[in-house]
Amino acid sequence: MTVEQHKNKYPEVWRRFSPRETLTRYSWYLGIVFIAAWSVSHLDIPWIYFLDAHIQAMDLVTRMWPPDWEYVAELIEPLLETIHIATIGTVVTVIIAFPIAFLSARNTTFNTATWMIGRFILVASRSVNTVVWGLLFVAIFGPGPMAGIWAIAFRSIGFMGKLVAEAIEEIDEGIVEAIEATGASRLQVLWIGILPQVLPVIYGTTVYRWDINIRESTVLGFVGAGGIGILLYSSINQFLWQEVTVILITVFGVVLVSEFVSATVRKRIS
Amino acid sequence: MNASARPQAEGSLQWHRIRMIEHPLIRYGLTVLAIAYLFWSVGALDIDWSRMAAGLPRAKNMVVRMIPPDFSRTQLLVRGVLESVQMALIASFLGMILAIPLGICGASNLVPKPIYLIARTFIILSRTFHEILVAILFVKIFSFGPLAGVLTLTVSSTSFISKMLAEDIENMPSGQMEAVRATGANFPKLLTYCISPQALPRYLGVSIYRLDANLRHSTVVGIVGGGGIGQVLAASFSRYDYDFSLAIILSIIALVIVGEFFSSWVRERLR
Repeated sequence: MTVEQHKNKYPEVWRRFSPRETLTRYSWYLGIVFIAAWSVSHLDIPWIYFLDAHIQAMDLVTRMWPPDWEYVAELIEPLLETIHIATIGTVVTVIIAFPIAFLSARNTTFNTATWMIGRFILVASRSVNTVVWGLLFVAIFGPGPMAGIWAIAFRSIGFMGKLVAEAIEEIDEGIVEAIEATGASRLQVLWIGILPQVLPVIYGTTVYRWDINIRESTVLGFVGAGGIGILLYSSINQFLWQEVTVILITVFGVVLVSEFVSATVRKRIS
Repeated sequence: MNASARPQAEGSLQWHRIRMIEHPLIRYGLTVLAIAYLFWSVGALDIDWSRMAAGLPRAKNMVVRMIPPDFSRTQLLVRGVLESVQMALIASFLGMILAIPLGICGASNLVPKPIYLIARTFIILSRTFHEILVAILFVKIFSFGPLAGVLTLTVSSTSFISKMLAEDIENMPSGQMEAVRATGANFPKLLTYCISPQALPRYLGVSIYRLDANLRHSTVVGIVGGGGIGQVLAASFSRYDYDFSLAIILSIIALVIVGEFFSSWVRERLR
């Protein structure tokens, strides 16, 4: 190796990236910026709204403050309803998601066709937002908490089913084989060999999803599917922003508490 | 499931399944409590059972009207989907950028306590409120249209990515940081030579995941007037235009599947 070559390979000043790496990096940056710019230009955003945005925002703040604390008394029942919708919705989810998860796990499904069906149900359930499910179920069951429960359940099936199916695919096959060797039936293998292995995941995701569902059920009322969202929607439509502040603060409290509960339970399970 | 390691109680040679909660009193107590709660909550909810029974023929009617899905208004559909995709792209891009300073400020091992608390408060605050609630405030400030939707998704992406980033930085071993500091590196140097190489793979992975999540969420901000395919969907629903609604929902599902494939492909390659 000549001195020249050595100098090229081990330069005096250390650099993190070689020139080639730098070039690819910058072309990536350029590409991303280009895509973003293309999106912005296509959306024809009304930039003029930015001019008075701060005025509008200040207007909103002055209308929202001070909160109308006397309104809290009327909120307790809808808040409980919100929590009920989330909880019952989660229970329904567990019942429905359980068989679908086994259908969508490669090692417990019957054949490729059933696996595909299971996977499609999970993807379809996850793709449609809770509120869109809410629209659908309000059309079916009429406005009220029932529509909310089904909306929550139908969105959560995909979430729970996917995580549980992944857990089933990762179980220790040795245990299953050992139980099969004792002459256990398919159901017994499922019950004694597989279920105990995925039970912690089921509990964990249930609690985690419950906490997400509390957050989701706060807005279900916007489409008429029960909970505190109904009151929020009517307050907004009547421009009663001081009531809106109170609702937002209580929602914040409930979601924070549920998140804390869920985190504590999950920490104890794992 | 650490109970499996524990030796069986003396006297009970009978095998039994592993239980989550070993103590029978707590186990049955929790079950009873859960059942009692279910009865109470179902009773407390004001559910009109007769209305529900009437729902089944309605559902049938709706399904009949939904099939076959009506894809004939292609232009409206394509424009809506494209708008959703663009909203998701911009929001993810802005979220990625804004999340870097916020994530750094939210890492307790890098910044002083007051900055940490402010950053964390912001993250918690925007994580707690559902996108729709944030969207309403932005619709009030910026009026209807995709701008409100983009800003909503930006807020939620920023808080999501920055939370992950902050946790990632906090979990870093202190050794490397001390080593780089010991060479006399100042704070920006520390960021470029110590934090960023360690945090980058996960940050990119989370960002790509968020792009995919934004695609899904961009369908919902439209319901309160935030633009995108959701606005078209809400309109078609309120006109009882169910065959068009099904077409929109199917397009959303297709979009999400494509997004998920892309996201998992990229994340696979990042590893």
